Amino acid sequence: MKKICKVFIATLSLVTLLFLLPCRIQAETPVRPIPIVNFDQLKPMLHLDNDSIYVINFWATWCAPCVREIPAFEKLYEQFKDQKVQVILVSLDFPNHLESRVIPFVQRMNVQSRVILLDDPDANRWIPMVSDQWTGAIPATLIYSRDTRKFYQREFYFEELKEIILPMLNQN
Amino acid sequence: MKRLSVLFALVFFAVTGFAQGLRVGDVAPDFRLLNVDGKYVSMADYPDAKGFIIIFSSNHCPFVVAVEDRMIALHHEFKPKGFPLIAIMPNDPAAEPRDSYELMQVRAREKGFPFPYVFDRGQKIYPQYGATHTPHVFLLERVGNELRVAYIGAIDNNVRNADQVTERYLANAINALLEGRRPNPEVTRAIGCTIKRVRAE
Repeated sequence: MKKICKVFIATLSLVTLLFLLPCRIQAETPVRPIPIVNFDQLKPMLHLDNDSIYVINFWATWCAPCVREIPAFEKLYEQFKDQKVQVILVSLDFPNHLESRVIPFVQRMNVQSRVILLDDPDANRWIPMVSDQWTGAIPATLIYSRDTRKFYQREFYFEELKEIILPMLNQN
Repeated sequence: MKRLSVLFALVFFAVTGFAQGLRVGDVAPDFRLLNVDGKYVSMADYPDAKGFIIIFSSNHCPFVVAVEDRMIALHHEFKPKGFPLIAIMPNDPAAEPRDSYELMQVRAREKGFPFPYVFDRGQKIYPQYGATHTPHVFLLERVGNELRVAYIGAIDNNVRNADQVTERYLANAINALLEGRRPNPEVTRAIGCTIKRVRAE
């Protein structure tokens, strides 16, 4: 009787473990760490001098058009990651919302592009350093390579992004 | 044909882009917009005003919510000095349901706005000003019979945290006008929520 009991418990434990294991793995799906930077730390990423094309999108979880266009940037990343196109999503969420909003959003959307949170309240100082054309509205996107620099204060569809990227790829 | 008109609209936007809208020194157009109290508001209703603090504002934008108390304080500070505040809500509720006229009324009541909070129904006014986001400030001064833009941009240099403000751009600009000086800076920038339109598909 004791033996049966032991076997039963062991089996039960094993079954429970088997059930729990995938849950644990799912719960711990790694979100790449999202660094919090100030503008001086971000700035070098806006002026990299190499043979890649950089697509820098300024967004926030509270910005509906930003959220709407994230899949377009993700698709861009997915389709062009082998062709020296780098996508960086710069979140302007408040830093105290990193854990409660940004990370859950990135997880839910399964965002593969690189995500950074820009925490620099003196926007009047750094907005013109991103682009002279930027009034401060988001979404906003900077696309640059060694030879070209374009800034857009608008929402994108994937096809529109692709039409900007393709000629730049041909130039390179 | 639909594609063509979308293309035309895109080209039009690309060409005109940000060049549209008011710059410092330009004459600002008056408006007649529905306030949350059910009455229409125009700048012409204030013949004694030396100018106006026009702030394109909204219900939903966290950057607006962060400055609402400062907007109320600015109105209390500068209305007696001749510069009342008028908040204009430029979003299309079809694109952002949280910015409906009814919810504007709710928000104004909750916060006890002492200034008009008017609805740019049909989005006729904000493009004339060249507002792009909320909150977006246009400080106007009366010059003869006209209202001219004296300052465009942000309320101060820390939207998120009123305690950490070190430059009150808008207040400084009004004080400069009151002392007969030009605002410096006369244009600043801040992050805000894009003005919401229904997108042409």
